[in-house]
Amino acid sequence: MNAEASELALELALIPLIPLIGFIINGLGFGKLNKTVAGWLGTLAALGSFANTLHVVLEHWGQSLTVDYFSWISVGSLDIHFSFLLDPLSSIMLLVITGVGSLIHIYSMSYMHHDEGFGKFFAFLNLFLFSMLLLVMGSNYVVMFIGWEGVGLCSFLLIGFWNKVPAYNAAARKAFVMNRIGDLGFLLGIFILIALFGSVEFGVIFPQAAAVLTPNSGVAIALTMLLFVGAMGKSAQLPLYTWLPDAMAGPTPVSALIHAATMVTAGIYMVVRSNVLYVLAPTTLEFVAWIGLATALIGAAIGLFQNDIKKVLAYSTVSQLGLMFLALGVGAFSSGMFHVVTHAFFKALLFLGAGSVIHAMSDEQDIRKMGGLKGKLPVTFAVFLIATIAISGIPPFAGFFSKDEILSHVYEHSKLMWGLGLLVSFMTSFYMFRLVFLTFFGGFRGTDHQKHHLHESPWLMLGPLVVLAGLSIAGGLLGLPPVLSHNNWMADTLAPIFEQAKAVNASLFGHGSMTHETEWMLMAVSTVVALVAFAVAAFTFGGGKNVPAADGSPINPVQKLVYNKFYIDELYGAVIVTPIKAFGEYLYAVIEYLIIDLVVNIVGWSATMGGKALRRLQTGIVSFYVLLMVLSVVALALIGFTIKS
Amino acid sequence: MITLLLILLPLLAGLVCFALPGKTARGVAFGATLVQLVLTLWAVSRLEPGSAVDSLSVSLPWLQDFGIGFSLGLDGISGLLVLLTSTLLPLILLSTFGRHDDKPASFFALMLLMQAALVGVFEARDAVLFYFMWEAALIPVYLLAGIWGGERRVQVTLKFFVYTVFGSLFMLVALAYLYSQTAAVLGHSSAAIADIYTVGRGLDLTGQIWIFWALFLAFGIKMPIFPLHTWQPDTYTESPAPATILLSGIMLKMGIFGLITWLLPVVPMAAKFYAPVVIFLAIIGVVYGAVIAIRQKDIKRLVAYSSFSHVGLMAAAIFTFSAEGIQGAVVQMFAHGVSVAGLFMIIDYIERRTNSRDILALGGITKSAPVLTVLFLIITLGSVALPLTSGFIGEFMMLLALGKYNLVAAGIAGTTIIFGAVYMFVLFQGVMFGKATKLTESFKDLTSAETIALVPLVVLTFWIGLYPAPFLKLSEPAVLALVNLLGGL
Repeated sequence: MNAEASELALELALIPLIPLIGFIINGLGFGKLNKTVAGWLGTLAALGSFANTLHVVLEHWGQSLTVDYFSWISVGSLDIHFSFLLDPLSSIMLLVITGVGSLIHIYSMSYMHHDEGFGKFFAFLNLFLFSMLLLVMGSNYVVMFIGWEGVGLCSFLLIGFWNKVPAYNAAARKAFVMNRIGDLGFLLGIFILIALFGSVEFGVIFPQAAAVLTPNSGVAIALTMLLFVGAMGKSAQLPLYTWLPDAMAGPTPVSALIHAATMVTAGIYMVVRSNVLYVLAPTTLEFVAWIGLATALIGAAIGLFQNDIKKVLAYSTVSQLGLMFLALGVGAFSSGMFHVVTHAFFKALLFLGAGSVIHAMSDEQDIRKMGGLKGKLPVTFAVFLIATIAISGIPPFAGFFSKDEILSHVYEHSKLMWGLGLLVSFMTSFYMFRLVFLTFFGGFRGTDHQKHHLHESPWLMLGPLVVLAGLSIAGGLLGLPPVLSHNNWMADTLAPIFEQAKAVNASLFGHGSMTHETEWMLMAVSTVVALVAFAVAAFTFGGGKNVPAADGSPINPVQKLVYNKFYIDELYGAVIVTPIKAFGEYLYAVIEYLIIDLVVNIVGWSATMGGKALRRLQTGIVSFYVLLMVLSVVALALIGFTIKS
Repeated sequence: MITLLLILLPLLAGLVCFALPGKTARGVAFGATLVQLVLTLWAVSRLEPGSAVDSLSVSLPWLQDFGIGFSLGLDGISGLLVLLTSTLLPLILLSTFGRHDDKPASFFALMLLMQAALVGVFEARDAVLFYFMWEAALIPVYLLAGIWGGERRVQVTLKFFVYTVFGSLFMLVALAYLYSQTAAVLGHSSAAIADIYTVGRGLDLTGQIWIFWALFLAFGIKMPIFPLHTWQPDTYTESPAPATILLSGIMLKMGIFGLITWLLPVVPMAAKFYAPVVIFLAIIGVVYGAVIAIRQKDIKRLVAYSSFSHVGLMAAAIFTFSAEGIQGAVVQMFAHGVSVAGLFMIIDYIERRTNSRDILALGGITKSAPVLTVLFLIITLGSVALPLTSGFIGEFMMLLALGKYNLVAAGIAGTTIIFGAVYMFVLFQGVMFGKATKLTESFKDLTSAETIALVPLVVLTFWIGLYPAPFLKLSEPAVLALVNLLGGL
């Protein structure tokens, strides 16, 4: 290896290693290091990784470099290496993960300051960064899988962070198990890849994909479907989404980092990475699009009636992820990635903003007990409003551009999907402004105690919010539409990733045949829809009117159905969880003891009865038999050696 | 001679221990296991690299006139299992330093005799010697469980004893038959492993099938494989922790080792013929054990069923006759030994302090025991096969092998990664998290001896997960030779 290559190998390795070292020090030092040291250590690990990433990425911008470290699992003809890939796609993910991650670390130093598990919290955050970085840096599916499962573990650890509470532990376990259902699909997909290509390396599989896989053949569909099952689990898509809202049991910065900005986008990343495989399976793509759309609709619908500030944002995340999968499904891979990035900015901002609100409200999360906070929390209000405008798709903030890009591709693919996509936009804008009005406008509805303690958060928390607000405003510049600019930075940067897919189906990657008039029309419609939703929300909830009634008040059946999340958790409980538990009891009580063991005992008993004839020899004392046995084998051995000599 | 020494050292040390006072016996036993570990490392390092044939072999004339020799040898697979045995023994002894059992000298003596017999099983290169060691290994563990076990020990260990002896008798018949044929086939009687292979492979399919089932019964009971397993949960639960670790960590590998060394190469045609049946039964066991484990309230019984579930996957993988499957099973034997030993140690630590194994009566231990929490969590992660921990390497290869054999089979067996996560986290969270109970309020964190017994297991958990190459390379030649043999049919 020449000097330049080994320098790159070291620099790349340091990206995940710095947070790993932070994890180890904070993990072993937990309880010994004081909070200031632990907090800065964790934060500097994140910032250091960000700085290093920035350095490496800028130095090698636009290149595609693979660094091979060592042979990890080698068996027969299969040789899986521990190796990293730096290319435009992983570069963008790396910047988002370490950048947004660093901001969240800074914020957490203040937010978590009173928590007794402070050092442990930073250790877990660092471990999460490490896993997520491995996930996007792996140059093959198995290294990706390390990170894939690693982020699942961190999610488990952080959702159940306050592990004295049984409900939180249950939520943590639910997240891990649901993720693992997806992981099994992912693993089976990897097995098919190994069977087909004899390798798991992206660099080996993708160039051969078009030659090996017949478009839309059974095996192409099975492969992509199985990989997508993995994505469903990680990115909380129907039917594996119910863990994500429960994941809000974790501390709020965790919700921001893991359950909104980064980990849940891993599924999108994986599908984008595998784009050529998906282009070879149009049936799967269509399926992905519909699952994404359905998830977007259900998530948004449930979000309409939630009263817990974090739950609203959680369902919003489910819905937005659905939108990203809709983009992938119609072949708009780069638009999906664009939305991953802008969503990371504004959703992290929303969660951290919500954290600031919760902090000020003495840990209250119910928006029915808030109201009128804009005066007391001016900065939080301002940034939260910016994020709301961004997610609602109102120009010129970031969300408008990414969402518009998605919807214009959807429009070309299917008018029906486009219409339903607009419905999602409408609901999104509505529930977000409902949230803003109920939280920040009108009169204060909390207790006197809470009112007395209301305060704006310290600058250690507000600083990251302001940076994210800036990104939420300007993020749209990363992907300007053709009517505004000839250069779409995101699409141009990612173009090399889609080379092979383009060779299979070029029509997915052009600007399409859309005229500028149509584009303007689509943008206008999106904007109008978002503004109308805003108007309806303002009309309904402006000034803190129509605060939802307390739980238990009579509501109409449709509202009740939606408020209770369509009873999907209950359905899973009744159809899957309870039957498996009952099956376990049944196997244990009936099959194990009444059947198998009984047969065994009967056989044993008959042998005993049969042996009664030989009673004289039988003392019935097992140790006697053992003695007899020992004696005979020893005798046998001795005889053997004596005969020899 | 090193192979012989590896049997003699624990044997003699064990016999000496019987005569010593408790404290001294403990020291002698622990010292002997450490020396044994060093010897094993030396022996394993001297295995010829890249070679599948037995190295370090020793053959003493024994019942010479009958063609029966005291032949010992090691290859990569048996070497790994001897290494596992030698690694676990000192740790098991160390973990018992906090126990206060009666008759400590006999206890340590029996542990060493057990070690001698286990090494003998893995090293034997003669059918009679193998059978001899196989039965000899039963005696110390039977006594350990019978003397120091729980309340129902007498009834439970009797069942265990009778059940396994029952299986072994079939093996005896099969081996005796093969031995009896050697004179006709080779011109002289021989129980040497190579001659047994020759005779077995020379049989027609019908003959092989008889031998297959006789051997399979013995090995299947030992592992155990569904539905021959009902002795196992009771025995694991009633035995004292050190015996449970011997049983689950090492002894069940005798069954798998038997499949690899004394069944597949002997009757390969019959093995191929019945592979679908074995894989089917094994996969039933994977799911069956896991689903039952989820509902267990006794944490020791929970781990017992989880072990049963894991073993099923190893059996299924071996019967795919692929390099991935057999290599996966071999590395998993080691990894499973490490993780299950750790789990049973931890359960013992907890039981010593609380006198309870009831998941509902425990909880909130993490508050007062950070060291235990971290070690327990890492061992748990190894058990649920998280990537970069020991469990992943084997499970990945085994499921891959099954996937190539039949994707649906892999999908069903693969539910182990889902159910495994459920029961292991039910266990971990139920014991460590939640509110402290009456039993756990004054829980004391691990002593240094207890910690030191676990740390090497944690190190191995990461080592195998991060850099499995040394382990894989060790067993690879033997595995590939076996795969070639099976593929050549």
